[in-house]
Amino acid sequence: MKTILLVFTELLLLWAGITGSVVPAPSQSNCVKCHFDNEEENGPAHQIGRDIHQQSGLGCPDCHGGNSALDDMDAVRASSGYRGVPDRLEIPVFCSRCHSDARYMHEHNPSLSVDQLEKYQTSVHGMRLAQKKDRKVATCVSCHTAHSIGSAKLPYSSTYPPNLPITCGHCHADKAYMAEYGIPTDQLEKYTRSVHGIALLERGDLGAPACNDCHGNHGAAPPGIASLDAVCGLCHAIESRLFDGSPHRPAFVAQGLPMCETCHGNHEIAKPSDSLIGLAEGQLCATCHAADDQSKASADILKVSAGLRSLSIATDSAAHMLRMAGAKGMMITDEEFMLKEVGQIRVQARSTVHAFAADSLTPKVEEGITKAEDVRKRAVKLIEEYDFRRFGLGIASIFITLLALGLYLKIRRLV
Amino acid sequence: MQGPDPRKKQSLPQRLYRWADTRFSIGDLVDYMSHKTVPIHGHSIFYYLGGLTLFLFLIQVGTGILLLMYYRPGADSAYESVRFIVSEVSFGWLIRSLHSWSANLMIFVAFLHMFTVFFTQAYRKPREMTWFTGMALLGLGMAFGFSGYLLPWNELSFFATRVGTGMVHALPFVGDYLMQVLRGGDEVTGATIGRFFGLHVAILPAVFTLVIAVHLLFVQRQGMSEPIDWEGKPQGEKKTIKFFPNFLYRDLLLWLLALNVLALLAVFFPDGIGVVHWPLGQKADPFTPPPPVIRPEWYFMFAFQALKFLPAHLLFIEGELFGIIFFGLGGLIWLMIPFLDKNSNLNRRSPVFMWFGVLVVAFIVVMTILGYLLE
Repeated sequence: MKTILLVFTELLLLWAGITGSVVPAPSQSNCVKCHFDNEEENGPAHQIGRDIHQQSGLGCPDCHGGNSALDDMDAVRASSGYRGVPDRLEIPVFCSRCHSDARYMHEHNPSLSVDQLEKYQTSVHGMRLAQKKDRKVATCVSCHTAHSIGSAKLPYSSTYPPNLPITCGHCHADKAYMAEYGIPTDQLEKYTRSVHGIALLERGDLGAPACNDCHGNHGAAPPGIASLDAVCGLCHAIESRLFDGSPHRPAFVAQGLPMCETCHGNHEIAKPSDSLIGLAEGQLCATCHAADDQSKASADILKVSAGLRSLSIATDSAAHMLRMAGAKGMMITDEEFMLKEVGQIRVQARSTVHAFAADSLTPKVEEGITKAEDVRKRAVKLIEEYDFRRFGLGIASIFITLLALGLYLKIRRLV
Repeated sequence: MQGPDPRKKQSLPQRLYRWADTRFSIGDLVDYMSHKTVPIHGHSIFYYLGGLTLFLFLIQVGTGILLLMYYRPGADSAYESVRFIVSEVSFGWLIRSLHSWSANLMIFVAFLHMFTVFFTQAYRKPREMTWFTGMALLGLGMAFGFSGYLLPWNELSFFATRVGTGMVHALPFVGDYLMQVLRGGDEVTGATIGRFFGLHVAILPAVFTLVIAVHLLFVQRQGMSEPIDWEGKPQGEKKTIKFFPNFLYRDLLLWLLALNVLALLAVFFPDGIGVVHWPLGQKADPFTPPPPVIRPEWYFMFAFQALKFLPAHLLFIEGELFGIIFFGLGGLIWLMIPFLDKNSNLNRRSPVFMWFGVLVVAFIVVMTILGYLLE
């Protein structure tokens, strides 16, 4: 019996070893077979299993040319159409053989555009590559990798939004690498701290912008002063529209100031708060406006600041009372929902600030304060209801206790 | 010469009694009850547990009827109606809280009642049928709890019911069919609420009322069980009190105290406390992921935890099925105790069964505690 068990166990272990130890090669072509055995672990043949081209049925010859059925490298080099490894300066054109071919792409991936090369040539990267033969600038493989290219929808892809800041930062955060270009290298560090970076990298909010959402993908370039509000306005449409109609727009244009960036910064955009608005030292508006200039603009700033502060106080007060009611075990679901509505109004009021007109803010602030006050009153009523319950309990308890006492005395008399 | 009119000397209750007596001969019943006695000894306090369970059941009947006036079964209305009850209906919160607290306390007191009967061997001849009906009542009480748990149709109750009803799936041959019968389909849906509602407010109350009537009839006919060591004691040395009014008044006193405690709990902890809680929370949504902690009512926790401890396969069968068979056989042995414990029928102590009882209590307590500690 023992022998049978031992043999069975050994067979099991052998089976586990067979199935668990061998990593199958991603493809059985001669190219992969040879390269897999002769290259380092991060070589092309090791990576190709995750590549979208390989997964779509394309093989090595589709990019590199040659006959993959041959098992001798020299014979492959001599075979028809062999292109080998492209020079770095040739990579964009190398990839565009297929990616700029509308007919070919339509057969393989109809949803993909075919203007990548065209856009790339307008980008800073593309222009430096073409004009200055700068071999350090980013080409297709710098962002997409050469042999593990994945769709931007896949979490392992270098262009998956949460991975993208690292992909760009690979060059742009490298001080030594960027030294000759004379541009800052703290973008990644700043972005990581920004409201966008926290949303994308910490909370995994794929709706938050990565580098490409502002700078573009293949046509990557710093947004110019004129186009900056258009870039921000892609997501912050209401704020952008309000700003366009505000007195600030012509003033900024006249002084050559970038629209959104002047107040919010660029890579390190912080979560805005009501305290930014005001004329006291350190507050944002005080950068340009003086507290004692008696102008309408300064009066408006103070009015907006006061309005937002009042709404904030009313909301906090309502939330505090509601928390108290909830802590007493009262049901506050409806009131919590109402408070969320107040929060929504507060967001709208903050957006309205971008019109830079106190009169357009006032109705929103008043609406929010009225609703917050309503929530507060309901919370107070709930707390009063709780006190009433305790009072009712006291009365009922006294009544029951007296009845019990009477019964107890009756029992004593019976004994 | 006419004598004084006897009606003029009688108080209103006396006149009412005379009125009823002349029509229904209730004097016979009072006479019977006044001759009935209750033994007095060191464990007499246990005699009150049955009455206390009955009182808590009556509270549930009363509050349940009031809840029924506003509750609307159905996936689109159950949660909303319970929310309406606790937030809009006058004293609705109190009624729901009293209903839930009395349900939990009733199961707790019923368990106590069962174990005190077990350890005093009060199940012995001639009270086998009283033991059986009592066990049936406990089972029905737990079924009340299980069916009522789903009715608010909130997140926790939905997922706990899905796990609970899913367990019967492990039964061979009939498991799949039984699960479909319970759920009214493959999944827990609005159809399940309909079934559980019908069970909770019609079928179970009808059966429970019938069984409790039989149980009380047995208790009244056979009286309270005397301690086993009273066997052979001279009648004169047996201390007793009259059932009516002495015992009944004490029972009433305890009911009043229980009512006070219930009111206190309902006001200060309307949603329960600790592991015994029933917050309404979010409405059930079958498409959302289950909450991190899915737990049944506390009185199912020992079985739930024991089943969780079981491996996927044990011996030749699935772990879950093994658990169901284990609890099924255990329950059967527990039920048949009056017949298995031969010593008790001879009015002798049974150390083996006493230790068995201790083991069962320890198992339930340890598994329940582990259930909450390990979740």
